[in-house]
Amino acid sequence: MAEAYIYDAVRTPRGKGKNTGSLHETTSLSLATQALQAIRDRNNLDTSKVDDVYLGCVTPIGEQGSDIARIAVLNADYAETVAGAQIDRFCASGLEAVNIAAAKVKSGEAGLAIGGGVEAMSRVPMGSNGGAWASDPTIAMKTYFVPQGIGADTIATKYGFSRDDVDAYAIQSQQRAAKAWKEGRFKKSIVPVKDQLGVTLLDHDEHMRPDTTMQSLASLEPSFKMQGEMMPGFDAVIQQRYPEMERINHVHHAGNSSGIVDGAAAVLIGSKEMGDALGLKPRAKILGGASIGSEPSIMLTGPEFVTKKLLDKLGMTTKDIDLWELNEAFAAVVLRWVQALDLDMDAVNVNGGSIAMGHPLGATGAMILGTMVDELERSNKQRALITLCVGAGMGTATVIERVN
Amino acid sequence: MENFKIDVDGDGIALVTFDVPGRSMNTITGSVMRDLAKIVETIKTDDKIKGVVFNSGKASGFCAGADLGELNERGAGEASAPKSEEEKLKAQFDGSFTLNKTFRALETCGKPVAVALEGLALGGGLEIALACHYRVAADNPKIKFGLPEAKVGLLPGAGGTQRLPRLIGVQNAAMMILQGADKSPQEAKSLGFINEVVPVGKTVEAAKAWVKANPKAVAPWDVKGYKVKDNPYSPGGAMASVGGNAMVSKQTNLNYPAQRHILSCIYEGTQVPIDAALRIESRYFVKTANTPQAKGMIRSLFVSMQALAKGANRPQGVPEYPVKKVAVIGAGLMGAGIAYVQAKAGIETVLLDVSQESAEKGKAYSQRIVDKDVSRGKITKEKGDEILARITPSTDYGLIKGADLVVEAVFENPALKAEVTKKAEAQLAETAVFGSNTSTLPITGLAEASARPANFIGIHFFSPVERMGLVEIIMGHKTSQETLAKAIDYVLKIKKTPIVVNDFRGFYTSRCFGTYTTEGIEMLSEGIAPAIIENVGRQCGMPMGALEVSDSVGLDTALKIGRQMAEAMQQDHSKDPRGALLAWLVEEKGRVGRKGGKGFYEYGEDGKPTRIWPDLSQKIDVKVKECPPALKEELTKRFLFRQCIEVARCFEEGVITDPRDADVGSILAWGFAPYTGGCVSYIDLFWGAKKFVEEADRLADKYGERFRPNKLLRDMAAKGETFYDRFGAKKAA
Repeated sequence: MAEAYIYDAVRTPRGKGKNTGSLHETTSLSLATQALQAIRDRNNLDTSKVDDVYLGCVTPIGEQGSDIARIAVLNADYAETVAGAQIDRFCASGLEAVNIAAAKVKSGEAGLAIGGGVEAMSRVPMGSNGGAWASDPTIAMKTYFVPQGIGADTIATKYGFSRDDVDAYAIQSQQRAAKAWKEGRFKKSIVPVKDQLGVTLLDHDEHMRPDTTMQSLASLEPSFKMQGEMMPGFDAVIQQRYPEMERINHVHHAGNSSGIVDGAAAVLIGSKEMGDALGLKPRAKILGGASIGSEPSIMLTGPEFVTKKLLDKLGMTTKDIDLWELNEAFAAVVLRWVQALDLDMDAVNVNGGSIAMGHPLGATGAMILGTMVDELERSNKQRALITLCVGAGMGTATVIERVN
Repeated sequence: MENFKIDVDGDGIALVTFDVPGRSMNTITGSVMRDLAKIVETIKTDDKIKGVVFNSGKASGFCAGADLGELNERGAGEASAPKSEEEKLKAQFDGSFTLNKTFRALETCGKPVAVALEGLALGGGLEIALACHYRVAADNPKIKFGLPEAKVGLLPGAGGTQRLPRLIGVQNAAMMILQGADKSPQEAKSLGFINEVVPVGKTVEAAKAWVKANPKAVAPWDVKGYKVKDNPYSPGGAMASVGGNAMVSKQTNLNYPAQRHILSCIYEGTQVPIDAALRIESRYFVKTANTPQAKGMIRSLFVSMQALAKGANRPQGVPEYPVKKVAVIGAGLMGAGIAYVQAKAGIETVLLDVSQESAEKGKAYSQRIVDKDVSRGKITKEKGDEILARITPSTDYGLIKGADLVVEAVFENPALKAEVTKKAEAQLAETAVFGSNTSTLPITGLAEASARPANFIGIHFFSPVERMGLVEIIMGHKTSQETLAKAIDYVLKIKKTPIVVNDFRGFYTSRCFGTYTTEGIEMLSEGIAPAIIENVGRQCGMPMGALEVSDSVGLDTALKIGRQMAEAMQQDHSKDPRGALLAWLVEEKGRVGRKGGKGFYEYGEDGKPTRIWPDLSQKIDVKVKECPPALKEELTKRFLFRQCIEVARCFEEGVITDPRDADVGSILAWGFAPYTGGCVSYIDLFWGAKKFVEEADRLADKYGERFRPNKLLRDMAAKGETFYDRFGAKKAA
């Protein structure tokens, strides 16, 4: 089977996901288009060689509906022959898009493919596409559906993370992200977003709050207490699945959960042959990817299981991985993963994550994969594992290895 | 046509009067359904008829819905021996869809149809009204409109789950149907399912006027382009459906399929046109009616409760005993509560205690309830004063003279009870009844103090008396059938439900209920985390966690009873891990339960539990800290089986003889998982004796002989009998 190489990875900066955010005036199509154009232009790419473009997008309705991947391909002036498909694996959509692109390359079906994602959360609100899971009583009751935040609070309670623990983690995310920006660690990947005139709108992640302290976080009310304890009473629902919980300790709030932002990302993946033919220099190799399902009501413990699954498949142990990247959906998700796998926090999310910089749902997986490509090069390390927790109990992961 | 009368007036308006012969209330029977189909055909085809107004020939109201007794007998439209399971389901669907089809034909007959509601319309009765184009109600706040099916484990199966959400919005309709709540005409109008409220006696007139003015009426959902605006994927409907699922999960612990299916009917039905929606509803109706929950709940909570409330277990041939005056001895919590319910029922009440102060304190209990009811407008001040005037607090046994019955509610001390019995009997007529409100002391023993043991009977109330609907009547060995009849007359007069049991230690309710709490403590001493025990207890349908119940009863009381029982059985109680745990809590840690503010739980100032006492871990080595679904299922079985096996033992020993008493008693006395229809129905309907015995044997092998099925259960398993086969038939014969 062929190897899949990463030739390039780009991402837009992340704009605040509200109507005052810098990217609110930019369409989802434009965000995706700018990412694809950057890949083309930075690599002097003959786009007719690209077989397919996979873009993660979690709210594919309205302007993000009807296969935004193919539409972005057309808008980016790629060759007409380039196909496109929109991928939804909830929060891991961007990473799943990369894994699919890599799998196509490995199988030989594609010589060159792009995996990425886009989500303009300020324009197409999260959850606005509905879905049976929460709404249809048949499945909601069968699986004890509760919102993710309740699952995250349940993880914190079950595995013993206090409010101080999760807040301290949030501060670490802010500090690491601030340091990474200051030192220019994202420089290689960031593609500033241009407006309709071609003038730069945003060139940095604007969600960050580097001055956050334990005191400032302490003043925030828990976000899921009301809906957990009172209306409609989700705590009682998750206690039906976890009767060992006497009560749920509601520790998560806006300051220790991932931010709502706008953004897009793209990763260029191809075979060795194709790279040679086009004169591209590989940056990393995709050793493997995997997805898994786990208990859906607690929802966010999938990374532990998919990490084990993927490492087993690759014949590796945690010792073989130098850098770890788990999307910071909620602080407790990362703390639990680190606890379960007994990881060294110094090697986890070294440049901060979604708590500081935000989580543009469909794009994040591709963004953090790109972050790891850059970081392996910068810190002269070999291997990184990238993973995300995923709605309905799933987890998706990818292991990459630096090649130059 | 026997159930309806049609009069066509000069304007061509047909007045269809619903009047089932020989009944005080209209219900929907098989014969009514056939008549309705004919009427709709007539309306449609008779050119002289220009419009229709439905009304009722009964003063009691329009229609109280389906005849649940009939439904209980025939099941959900079970047809004659179809071959396969699928054919059976198809036949059931066809049966269940009949009414939907008829109502839909009425709604689309092309002529305006209104209904004039001078009285109540419930269940299928309201569903007829909802299928009319216009609903007029009389302005009488006592009239009730509602869809109460969910209360007995069913769902409205004649369009209610579809038309109501379309008329009053998904959220309002869901609340009303899930709770089975009633609305008055004015409430119904502001919600939007009654169009017009007019003075009493004017509904037919108003309905006719509307029919005349609206010759081309159609239902809103038959107007082209109609969509349910708050369907689950509309901006307004999304949160309601997500929140509704969680609320129902929380409230039902997923034990009640009716509630889940109601939500499914609304969720699925509001996304499609009405004809498809009605088919969906009929499918869920069949699915729901086929559950053991529906079968058990209809039988116990409706049919049996009604029968017992009418004195089904009263010996025949004894003339009705008019209970006008009753003396209550002992003005503590129980006596005070008994005095209140009696006075409320119009009985002249003497409330005796050792001091005038204690007796007055007992009456003050009634004063508090009355004051609250008056302030909330539930009763008038005059009515409240009348109730209070019926209670005479005193120390004078002379006031017992002329009483038809005495209820003794003094401390559980045989010597004291004997003394009270003698003193009271000295004042009583030879025909009067002496009732002892004891929860544990054998009646036959207490009756030894009586000069007239045939008149001596146990009348066991539950606390708080004004809220608990059940009374357990205990027959002593010498108690006469006449005394039983009199005691039942008394219980019916105070509007409680009587069950009759025989005289064995713990009688029926205390004995069986106790097994729930002991099983909880058993689990705790095995090292199962207390939160698991408590959550699973509640989630399997019990009103409280087993440890919380123990706290309410009193851990010192539990310890005392445990020691007494161990002594009786010549065992060393301190060697029993449960006994050792209780002794440690009570005697070393001073934790006696809720009354002392500390027990298995910690309690706040308001007396409510705040959390499980964390230091339980000093004594309990918690080994089981997680509760995956398989363990939850196992613990659920342990809780429910344990109680049911005790009930089976009560049948074998003759403590209880009527499965209706056993089922209703288990739900009303100690809150046994109501969705099962009671302990007996849980065995009969959820397992069947054969499977129940197999499972109980497995539990006995694993956890101890307390789960071992008795001879009776094995015999029933061998013969393929149910409790209702074996014990119900005898009663009916």
